[in-house]
Amino acid sequence: MKFDTPATTNPIDQLKIIGHATSRIDGPLKATGRATYAYEWHDRAVKPAYGYIVGSAIAKGRIASMDLSRAKAAPGVIAIVTAENAGKLGKGTHNTAKLLGGPEIDHYHQAVAVVVAETFEQARAAAELVQVDYSAAKGSFDLSAGRQSAAEPPGGGVDGQPKTSVGDFAGAYEAAPVQLDATYTTPDQAHAMMEPHASMAAWDGDRLTLWTSNQMIAWTTGDVAKTLGLPKENVRVISPFIGGGFGGKLFLRADAVLAALGARAANRPVKVALQRPLMFNNTTHRPATIQRIRIGADRNGKITAIGHESWSGNLPEGRPETAVNQTRLLYAGENRMTAMRLAMLDLPEGNAMRAPGEAPGMMALEIAMDEMAERLGLDPVEFRARNDTQVDPEHPNRPFSQRQLVECMRIGAERFGWSKRNAEPGRQRDGRWLVGMGMAAAFRNNLLMKSGARVRLDRQGRVTVETDMTDIGTGSYTIIAQTAAEMMGVPLDKVVVRLGDSSFPVSAGSGGQFGANNSTSGVYAACVKLREAVTQKLGFNSADAAFADGQVSSGNRSVPLEQAASDGELVAEDSIEYGDLAKTHQQSTFGAHFVELGVDAATAEIRVRRMLAVCAAGRILNPKTARSQVIGAMTMGVGAALMEDLVVDKRAGFFVNHDLAGYEVPVHADIPHQDTIFLDETDPMSSPMKAKGIAELGICGVAAALANAIYNATGIRVRDYPITLDKLLDHMPNA
Amino acid sequence: MKSFTYEKANSPAAAASAAANHSNAKFIAGGTNLLDLMKLEIETPAHLIDVNGLGFDKIEPTSDGGLRIGALVRNTTLAADARIRRDYGLLSRALLAGASGQLRNRATTAGNLLQRTRCPYFYDTNQPCNKRKPGSGCAAIGGVTRQHAVIGASEACIATHPSDMAIAMRALDATVQTVRPDGSTRDIPIADLHRLPGDTPHIETTLSSGELITSVTLPKPVGGTHIYRKVRDRASYAFALVSVGAIVQRDGTGRVAVGGVAHKPWRVEAAEAEMPRGAKAVTARLLEGARPTKENAFKLSLVERTLGAVLTEAKG
Repeated sequence: MKFDTPATTNPIDQLKIIGHATSRIDGPLKATGRATYAYEWHDRAVKPAYGYIVGSAIAKGRIASMDLSRAKAAPGVIAIVTAENAGKLGKGTHNTAKLLGGPEIDHYHQAVAVVVAETFEQARAAAELVQVDYSAAKGSFDLSAGRQSAAEPPGGGVDGQPKTSVGDFAGAYEAAPVQLDATYTTPDQAHAMMEPHASMAAWDGDRLTLWTSNQMIAWTTGDVAKTLGLPKENVRVISPFIGGGFGGKLFLRADAVLAALGARAANRPVKVALQRPLMFNNTTHRPATIQRIRIGADRNGKITAIGHESWSGNLPEGRPETAVNQTRLLYAGENRMTAMRLAMLDLPEGNAMRAPGEAPGMMALEIAMDEMAERLGLDPVEFRARNDTQVDPEHPNRPFSQRQLVECMRIGAERFGWSKRNAEPGRQRDGRWLVGMGMAAAFRNNLLMKSGARVRLDRQGRVTVETDMTDIGTGSYTIIAQTAAEMMGVPLDKVVVRLGDSSFPVSAGSGGQFGANNSTSGVYAACVKLREAVTQKLGFNSADAAFADGQVSSGNRSVPLEQAASDGELVAEDSIEYGDLAKTHQQSTFGAHFVELGVDAATAEIRVRRMLAVCAAGRILNPKTARSQVIGAMTMGVGAALMEDLVVDKRAGFFVNHDLAGYEVPVHADIPHQDTIFLDETDPMSSPMKAKGIAELGICGVAAALANAIYNATGIRVRDYPITLDKLLDHMPNA
Repeated sequence: MKSFTYEKANSPAAAASAAANHSNAKFIAGGTNLLDLMKLEIETPAHLIDVNGLGFDKIEPTSDGGLRIGALVRNTTLAADARIRRDYGLLSRALLAGASGQLRNRATTAGNLLQRTRCPYFYDTNQPCNKRKPGSGCAAIGGVTRQHAVIGASEACIATHPSDMAIAMRALDATVQTVRPDGSTRDIPIADLHRLPGDTPHIETTLSSGELITSVTLPKPVGGTHIYRKVRDRASYAFALVSVGAIVQRDGTGRVAVGGVAHKPWRVEAAEAEMPRGAKAVTARLLEGARPTKENAFKLSLVERTLGAVLTEAKG
C-alpha cells in the first residue's frame, strides 16, 4: 500500500480497540517467565555448547602473538575462534568496527577470541587462559583535545547535511541587542539495558539459525550474511523477546557473530551472552558532544539569529552524533546556522542510543533557551511560545503536519503549577532543601519507514499477524494486536501476533521511535488486503462491507468472519510505503517537560520531586503502553541529567566504569512521581494510523528541564552533564 | 572462575585449621562479594571453607552491658534488631544505607567488614593494580579518581573501603573476636582491623592467615543522637561519595567516623575534641594531611558540609 495522500476516514477511526488503554498481551508470559529470551531456547538445541568472549586489553594497536595452548587444554574446551582461524570475514553495513578484532585492534574490549566449551563455567575459566601479547599504539581518546582537528563529517543530520545556513546568521547575531553564546558538553553514555547481548547459533549444513536479541531483524540478517559470506536466504534470525535495547541492539554484534563462528568450529549449537563488564566497551554507546549555541534576539524576545554547532568523535568510518537536528526545526528565526564536526577517536564505536541526535541536542539547546529567557526577563514558557513556528524555518513554504508545542507548554504549565515558580533563583526553601522548578520543550522527529506484515484468517476466526517487527519491551505485540482486531472486527483475544523472525515480512523494526506508527501501518495495509480477500470470498462488495463483532455485514446480510476461511486459511501480505508527504510536510512530535526538584543545601545532592510530560504525538494507539514508554524515557532523562557518564581513561582509552555498579542509572528511589498528558491529536499526514512516534519524545528535553530546575533552585548554571554534586558544591550558599 | 575445592566447616577451630592447611583458602559466608570477585578471577581461591553452618548467628548481651554480634548475623537481621535500633541507631542506619534488600539478606557482619574495594581498576583485570597483583602498579593514580581516597593513601594504592557498616562500627568502638588455626582467640579493636595501603595494599587487614572472625562486640551504649548521612549521586544502591557517621551528645561532644575517603573507616579521635566548635574545626583535624586528586578534592568540602548538616540535625 502506497501512502501518498493524507489519510481519510478508515476502520481505525472507529477506535473500538485502538486508543484504549490495554495491558500488554505478552505480559502474562513475561510475568511468569515463559517469554523465551535469546539465551533461553533450551528446547531448540540439544546440549548447546557455551562460548565466552575474550575482549582486547588495549584500545589501539595490534596483537603481537596469541597463545591458545593452555586454554585449549583446559577441561571441556571444544574450540577457540580467533581472527586468525575464523576464515575470511566481512563487515556488516551497520558496523563501524570489526566484531572480531585481530591482528589490528580498533578499541578496548573488542572481541579477540571466543572460547567454546561444554559448560559456561568451563568456557569462562578457559577464556582466562588465553594469552595475548599486544603491541599497543598511541591513540586519540579525548574529544576536547580532538576538537581542533575535527572535520566536517561526510554524512549525518536529518537530511545528511553536515552544515546548514539560512539568511545571515553572523550579521544578525552581531546586531542582536540580546545575545547568548554558551558551550555545553554531554558525556559518553551507555544503553545499559537489562538483558545483555546474547545469541544461540545452530548450523544445518551451510544454513544458519540465530536466536538472538535484536531490534532490527532485516538489518541484522543482512549483516550476518555479509559478515560470514553467506547468501542472505541461508540466514534465519529469531528474536521474539528482547530485554531492552535502547539502540544498543539495532545492529549485529559480537555475540551473534561469535556464536555462529563458535558453532561452526564446534560443530554443534553454541550460546554466547556478552558478559556485563564487556558491554560498555565492546558494543556501541552514545558519543560525547561539545555543543556551542548562539542565540540573538530582539528586546521583545523574538529570535533573530540561532546557531548550533556540535563536535563529537568516532572511529574511522563512524558517524557524528547529530545533536543539531532539532535546532533546524524547533524555533523560528530568520537567520540560522548549524554545523557538525567529527573528530577521529579510538574509543569504542559511537552509535544510536535513546533518541540519537535530539536527546543530547535538546540537553544543550533547552538550557540555552532558559538562559536566554532569563536575559530577556521572560518566562521560559513565554519565550518559547513567542518563537513558535508552524512552518519549517528553513523552508517557510513547508508546514508542520501538526505542531502543538505551545499547547503542550501552556497545558503543562497550568497542570504543574508553573505559576508558583519564583523566577529569581535560590529563593525557595523547604527545610534542608533548595527547591526549584524547570521546564523544557520536547521535540523529536517522526520517521517514516517501509513496513510489511502478513495476516492470516483461520476457520476458527482467529487472526494471526506475522511480521519481523520486534517488541523491545515497548508494547509492539499489543498495538499490533489492537490494529488487527480493529481492522478485522474481532476482539483482542482472537488475534495472535508473531514477531521477530526473519521468515516474516520485513518491518520497520524498533528504533528512532518509528516502530509503532510504521509497523501498525504495515499491519493495516495487510489487513486491508485480507478484508478484500474476505469480502470477495463471502461475496460482499468490499467498499461497503463492515467488519465488527466477528461478523462481516453489508445491508441486511451478516456473515461470521470465520466463514471466509471455512475451506482454507486466507492469507494476505502487504507493506506500507510512503510517498512524498514527509517532503511536503515536516513531521515531528512535540511536548513539554516540567520538573520540580530539591538540592540539599549542605551536600548539593539533587533529588527529583515530581515530573510532568505533555506530549502531542499524533494518535495514541494505546495510552497505557504509551505512558509506560514516556515515563521510562523521562527516567532516562533523569539519568542523563544527574548520573549517566561513561568516564574515559584518557591514557589507556577505555570507559572505566564498565559495569552496573560504576555506571549508574536511576533507581526507584530517584523517581518519586511522574505524570503524563497526551494531547488529543491525529495526524493524517503520518500514516493511515494517524499516529507518530512517542517513546523518544519522552526523553528529549528532560535533562535540560532538570538542569534549569537546578538553576532555579540554586542559582548555579551547570553546562556540563551529568550535573553531579561536585559541580555545584563550590558555588553553593553556606548551608 | 577457577576450579576450587569446597568444604563445610563444623567448628570454628576446624574452619581456621582448614584454612591454615590449604595454601590458598578463603572463608565464604554470604558470598555477596567473594563470588563476584571469583567470577572475574580477581579472587582465585583454591579452596573454599563454608562457615555458614557454624552458628555465630545470635546477637547476645555481654556482661558489661554491650552486645555480641555473631559473625554470621545477616545485615538485615542486625539492622532490624530492636536493641541495635534502640541503643546503636548509627549501626542500623548505616546498614540500611548500604546495598539492597536482597544483598543485606545474605551479607554477614564479618563479611561486610572484609568486603573489598570497588575501585574500577581493581575490577578490570587488564589494568595494573597493586591490590590485585602486588607490584604491578596502580592504574587509578593518574586515572579516573572521583571515587578514590583523599587521605591515608599511598603511592601504591588510592582505593577506599566501601563499607557503610564499618563506619558505624568504628564510631561505636566495636571489637572483633577471632579464632586462629591453633585454636587461640583474640580481640581486635575495630580501629586496628583495617590497614592503610602503604606499599602492601593487598594486605587489607591485620588478620593472620587462617584467622576467622567469630563475632563483633559493641561496648555498652553511649547514648547521644545517632546519625548516618551517606552522600551519593543517586538516592539508593550506590557507594558513598562520602558518608558521615556521628554520635552527638547533648553537650555537643561526640564521635565521628567518615566513609568514602580512605582505605579504612576514617576516624581521628583528636578531631572529636573540636566537635563543640563545629564542623569546620573537626574536619580540619580529621582530614589533616589529605592529598586529594583534582577529581576528588570536592570530598574535603563535602565532608565538612555534611558533618555540618549532621551537627545541625543533632541539635534538633
